[in-house]
Amino acid sequence: MKVNILAFGIAKDIFGGSAIDVELVNDATVFNLKYLLEKQYPQLKKLATYMVAVNNEYALDGDTVHERDEVAIIPPVSGG
Amino acid sequence: MDKQIKLSVSTLNVMNCVDWVMSPECGGIDVFIGTVRNATKGKAVVKLEFEAYEKMAVSELEKIADQASTKWPVQKILIHHRTGVLQIGEIPVIIAVAAAHRDAAFEACHYIIDTLKQTVPIWKKEIFEDGEVWVAAHP
Repeated sequence: MKVNILAFGIAKDIFGGSAIDVELVNDATVFNLKYLLEKQYPQLKKLATYMVAVNNEYALDGDTVHERDEVAIIPPVSGG
Repeated sequence: MDKQIKLSVSTLNVMNCVDWVMSPECGGIDVFIGTVRNATKGKAVVKLEFEAYEKMAVSELEKIADQASTKWPVQKILIHHRTGVLQIGEIPVIIAVAAAHRDAAFEACHYIIDTLKQTVPIWKKEIFEDGEVWVAAHP
């Protein structure tokens, strides 16, 4: 399945744009997604930390990603 | 508890925020105003740029306001946050909390700004004379 990944802050610089498409197996987990992204974009591993949000909620590594989910990469936040 | 959460591309107005939280049942209002500082770790900052994942930022801010109202007896919570480019001295964030008694207002306001900085998907880029950096991105 193809999943669209939104990027913000430094993740946008790392991906070279505000969204990318990745090809994942059905029922892939957040962990699978992070593994794939870190292979394609090794700079992600240099971040202090980063989270994945699925449908506007922080997701855990074991959570499943579905085809039409809104998925976003959340690098360390720095609002306020 | 009444709450007003807003992300805005235009200048935040402190007095409007105070007016919104003002209410007859409240004996105190605590206001936190974040302002753009002219330097970070001794290095001159020219301006800041804020970016938000808007839908999620609003829902995370609503969660924080709800948590604060379960922890402390507060009547009104307002959180306004800017996006876009801000010059030195401009206001990126205003938090206003009204409560019957001051302790609740102080503590809820403190909790809200501290938690905002940890969980809300908003990012700040510091722009210097000779470059720029996303704050907190790297260890």
